[in-house]
Amino acid sequence: MEQVLSFISENIRFIYLLILMVFLGIEVISHVPSVLHTPLMSGANAIHGVVIVGAIIVMGRAEPDNYLALTLGFISVILGTLNVVGGFVVTDRMLEMFKKKKK
Amino acid sequence: MEKYIVDIIYLIGSVSFILGLKMLSHPDTARRGNLYAAAGMILAILGTIFLEPGIGNLIWIFGGIVIGTVVGWIAAKRVKMTAMPQMVSLFNGMGGACAAVISIVEYTKHDFSHGGAALVAIIMAGLIIGTVSFTGSMIAFGKLNGNIGDKVFPGQKFINLVILLAAVGLATYLSMQPVADNMLLYVVLGIAVLYGVMFVMPIGGADMPVVISLLNSFTGVAAAFAGFVYNNQVMLTGGILVGSAGTILTILMCKAMNRSLFNVIAGAFGTAGGAVGGDKQQGTVKEISASDAAVLLAYSKKVFIVPGYGLAVAQAQHTCHELEKLLEEKGVEVKYAIHPVAGRMPGHMNVLLAEADVPYDKLLEMEDANGEMPNTDVSIIIGANDVVNPAARHDQSSPIYGMPILDVDKSANVIIMKRSMAAGYAGIDNELFYYPNNRMLFGDAKASLQKLVTEVKAL
Repeated sequence: MEQVLSFISENIRFIYLLILMVFLGIEVISHVPSVLHTPLMSGANAIHGVVIVGAIIVMGRAEPDNYLALTLGFISVILGTLNVVGGFVVTDRMLEMFKKKKK
Repeated sequence: MEKYIVDIIYLIGSVSFILGLKMLSHPDTARRGNLYAAAGMILAILGTIFLEPGIGNLIWIFGGIVIGTVVGWIAAKRVKMTAMPQMVSLFNGMGGACAAVISIVEYTKHDFSHGGAALVAIIMAGLIIGTVSFTGSMIAFGKLNGNIGDKVFPGQKFINLVILLAAVGLATYLSMQPVADNMLLYVVLGIAVLYGVMFVMPIGGADMPVVISLLNSFTGVAAAFAGFVYNNQVMLTGGILVGSAGTILTILMCKAMNRSLFNVIAGAFGTAGGAVGGDKQQGTVKEISASDAAVLLAYSKKVFIVPGYGLAVAQAQHTCHELEKLLEEKGVEVKYAIHPVAGRMPGHMNVLLAEADVPYDKLLEMEDANGEMPNTDVSIIIGANDVVNPAARHDQSSPIYGMPILDVDKSANVIIMKRSMAAGYAGIDNELFYYPNNRMLFGDAKASLQKLVTEVKAL
């Protein structure tokens, strides 16, 4: 029990961040028109590609003889980049069409 | 010094994500919002590579980024507009897999001599959620692509629950252990892979957008867990933001279909079978020929076009626009009535019609369109079904009862363009087919539209 409490106390800043971010996420998109559901989903999809930062850290800190970490790190960098690049490009393509409409 | 700069870069990155997401929810700013978020992402990536302490193996990092960029860019540029939902699902799966792989590496590197059960638990959570998101997205991709059908068997919900509990139980056990147990780690991984498959398998194809949106928020949460492991602010904010925004978006999508999230996950709608409410409304179905339809349309004052998934499958948006222009030249007022969930994803039709250069002001949302329906001479329905089924208004036994629909039956004439009498995704008969003011024009949407175009030109 004390372990759990001390964990909460040690990470209290994260927990604040977590709670504020949850409310912010809800607030930011709660008035989105249904037309934009798909692009918004796609955009959010690209943003969670920020996991690439973790992949770079794994790859960058892998010791030269730790082949498991090297291989997996390399794979995760590729996967993360796919998520980021694909996500933003697909979203842009969808939104490009919306823009054209307004001519 | 470098450490301070990277912190500021992460701060800028986080703000750009929040701003980007905010701007993405307004039509005027959406595209810029996406670019802001992308710029923040590039900044965060460069900051990590060059300023995070102890980053080596730069060749490998750049190699991976180059491969991912080239493949991702080409795939995203080449994909057809109709296949967008699958593509989003695929990229989402990549992010989930990335989080899962990171978790595996961190577990094998974890220093157990210093304890840290909570940290192991967080690594485990990232592993399970990331993996479920990955395999779930792959199944969703397969379903939208038509490679995988719906699989339902008795006791499925119970078995799924058991699998989930097994994964969580084993992960908890692993977190309590004083030493690493790689064997058991892979068992947890295997169970998570299985759960992702079993989770999406029973859910109907029409509900895939909702599922993808849900898995999208899962990946966000997995990214946030990974961010916690590295004490990395930008991963945390980005991940949690997507986690919460994605969840709300999922709920909004469900609301647009007038269904609860639980209902979707239970798979009750898409797979219920076609037995419901089928034989109540019987009567005669009248067909119309393309030439008669052309005459009817050309001599109308006001026409509504109601597009659905059939239009998207047949890639008929350009032909549709051509017909619309021809009719306008003949003095007919033509507008499009867009149901919020027409097609496979909300907004699907808007994107598709925009591709064919249909002007923005011609697309009416459901409420506005319904207001004008009683003054409309002809509503022409192209490959849509459930979204115009009047049963949703009055038949309480119908599974779609209560879903907001387009009241096309209130216009003077209705023409339904459809390949056959088959039911839509909800698996139910459409009583509109038997209404006295309705006529059917059977055939592929594109072929029928082309015939109509030829006939209207000949008039």
